[in-house]
Amino acid sequence: MKFQTGILTAALLASTAIGASAETLRWARAGDSLTLDPHAQNEGPTHTLAHQIYEPLIIRDMTGAPQATLATSWAPSADDPSVWVFELREGVKYHDGADFTAEDVVFSINRAKSENSNMKELLSSVIEVRAVDDYTVEMVTDGPNPILPANLTNLFMMDKGWAEANDAVDVQDVEGGEQTFAATNANGTGAYRLVSREPDVRTVLTQNEDYWGMDQFPMEVTEIIYTPIQNAATRVAALLSGEVDFIQDVPVQDLGRVADTEGLVVKTAPQNRVIFFGMNMGADDLANDDVEGANPLADARVREAMNIAINREAIQQVVMRGQSQPAGMIAPPFVNGWTAEMDAVETDVEAAKALMADAGYGDGFSIQLDCPNDRYINDEAICQAAVGMMAQIGITVNLDAKPKAQHFPLITNAETDFYMLGWGVPTYDSEYIFNFLVHTRGDERGSWNNTGYSNPELDEMIVSLASETDLDARNEAIASIWNVVQEETLYLPIHHQVLNWGMTDAVGIEVSPEDDPKFKFFEMN
Amino acid sequence: MSDTPAPAPQSRLRRAWNSDFAWSFRHAPVAIISSFVVLVLILAAVLAPLIAPHDPFNPATLNLMNGFTPPGQANAFTGDTFLLGTDDQGRDVFSTILYGMRISLFVGFAAVMLAMVIGVTLGLLAGYLGGWVESIIMRVADVQLTFPAILVAMLIFGIAKGITPPEYRDQMAIWVLILAIGLSDWVQFARVVRGATLVEKSKEYVQAARLIGRSPFAIMLRHILPNVLNPVLVIATISLALAIIAEATLSFLGVGAPPTKPSLGTLIRIGQEFMFSGEWWILFFPALALLALALSINLLGDWLRDALNPRLR
Repeated sequence: MKFQTGILTAALLASTAIGASAETLRWARAGDSLTLDPHAQNEGPTHTLAHQIYEPLIIRDMTGAPQATLATSWAPSADDPSVWVFELREGVKYHDGADFTAEDVVFSINRAKSENSNMKELLSSVIEVRAVDDYTVEMVTDGPNPILPANLTNLFMMDKGWAEANDAVDVQDVEGGEQTFAATNANGTGAYRLVSREPDVRTVLTQNEDYWGMDQFPMEVTEIIYTPIQNAATRVAALLSGEVDFIQDVPVQDLGRVADTEGLVVKTAPQNRVIFFGMNMGADDLANDDVEGANPLADARVREAMNIAINREAIQQVVMRGQSQPAGMIAPPFVNGWTAEMDAVETDVEAAKALMADAGYGDGFSIQLDCPNDRYINDEAICQAAVGMMAQIGITVNLDAKPKAQHFPLITNAETDFYMLGWGVPTYDSEYIFNFLVHTRGDERGSWNNTGYSNPELDEMIVSLASETDLDARNEAIASIWNVVQEETLYLPIHHQVLNWGMTDAVGIEVSPEDDPKFKFFEMN
Repeated sequence: MSDTPAPAPQSRLRRAWNSDFAWSFRHAPVAIISSFVVLVLILAAVLAPLIAPHDPFNPATLNLMNGFTPPGQANAFTGDTFLLGTDDQGRDVFSTILYGMRISLFVGFAAVMLAMVIGVTLGLLAGYLGGWVESIIMRVADVQLTFPAILVAMLIFGIAKGITPPEYRDQMAIWVLILAIGLSDWVQFARVVRGATLVEKSKEYVQAARLIGRSPFAIMLRHILPNVLNPVLVIATISLALAIIAEATLSFLGVGAPPTKPSLGTLIRIGQEFMFSGEWWILFFPALALLALALSINLLGDWLRDALNPRLR
């Protein structure tokens, strides 16, 4: 009883302290979260919103370093190297008051491994999750997996009871257009609870005063109002006029203007994300081209020609105004497996033309390019620039740019032949890229691999990465997988993004390489 | 017999020059200036391939490094100079305006023709036949009038885009625009023609035609139509300006002409992104062209309405 009063007083004190600095943060970015179901879409903005409401066992803090969250400690089991043991935080409550226990972890991990989940690739090595007691969980992997904890930083923990009561046990089928309770409602353990949400218009979150980390984090933002503003000029105008406090994507043309405005700051950092084009090379014939009975993209010479026809320096100079780093491989420099040699490509239009002629497409062909217009920095402008560069080697590109909510299902449903995609690597390891983008598309892996590329030998090597404990041997395997990816020109890398966060000078935060602001870390002056 | 000599036979041109209509034109400086502007702009658009220094619709000729070149200044990388500067993709703004105006004018004219054909036909039928035909046509028109034309156009555009196969979408975009604007704009024609037809229907010449047994369709086409064309001409002119603006609005909203084949509205949408960053010319010149075009057609229509209105003579 006495103990409880103590907690109450502490809570009261804390709430008065917060009351003194009650701060609403009005936050905008180009696009909205695609769903509130935490396992339905493995996509940046979706996770960013989820991170405020839900929590994983481990998060990355604003510098990218792992930090204990719902797990307090984790280590491989002393008896069996294929088992990871997680000790869970005690006394954590969901927003609806339910206790967070091992049962919820078992439920959530199994949910994230289920059929409709978009997070399966991260857990493909996990064969069993079991609760040892209320606050200890064991994950059994298919052979020792040294990097498993790094895979858990976006795997959110749902309440089993809440999910069962609300018919939310199954993951929402986003591609199939399904709507579920969990897609529009949320019940997490996170620092903020959902007040209201109107997709693509406005989402309001308020501080969870029962949050377990109340006195461990600044927790200075008490209310968050999130408004997606797709149009770049409107977004900047909103920041300049004081309508919003924080925008995650200052358009590159307006950096100077925002930085020169009194009371506003721009903070810049390289992002752990690479932008590239994917090509459907696996189909016998493409639906969206003018070549009948053959697939021009199946020819490695055509892909190589397209690769060297892209003038990455021009895109960097003009479209990105220097705010990017040209890329030759689809791994950002943050990632284990990245090399400077592979990351460089020379533009050579003449050689590209020769390759096209060699492949029998000297007169070119026409194809549709699908592109998002509210996801990546200047995504549509990059695609437009690519139209001109492809035209120089005879490829007529019909550009179809649309919001990401319509664009991404084309990729996951295999309905596009030539598409733009960006990939961030929250695990900082190449295995994540291979699992999602290189492995043959199947039940466990390859959900974002729309290239139709299938190489059983390579698949085997990718699968074995999860259980390779000798780090040198593992890095060698990673290097040889990259060699194949580069030789086959599986993707056409464009650049690594640079982040530009714009905010009022009242907001104290540094840019995270994941582009995922977690507002509990924000300080408000 | 009269002493006064018969007036010398005037040439057709002479007669046209001396007509009331021409007289009113000669004494309306606004009409002269605006028709001059319209004429110049239409000529510039039609002759775009001859006048424009670049072909902005051919992506192979673009050099991205030319992007954001200010008007009249040499590009820092390539040394190329452009009269009105370049946009974000290195397209010459002057050439793009000429080609974009072609699309805007073509869509405008074609959409008005479509609206006119539909509206005049339905208006004639409603006015002449009356009864349930009139009720149905005019109620449909009333219902459509309650929606802003731009919303109707967006709806039609959305449906049409949904049913066109993706590989033809770029080519179809123009025709879909024409269809969308045309279908959203016929009501005005129908209402005016119906009203005029009701008046004409009761006049003696129509009754005479009926008595000698001409078919209703022949009467509508040969007798009534020529007499209701004056107001139609006025509405068509004003509609043309509205259709050009509607096309620009749709393209500005991103549902019209594709960015690789921009119309004036698409250009303004692109330029608007760079409003804060000092690259004013990408927005300014296309907007100026649109303003000049729409304003002078509108002024011309205004004058036409006054000139053809018997009550104002």
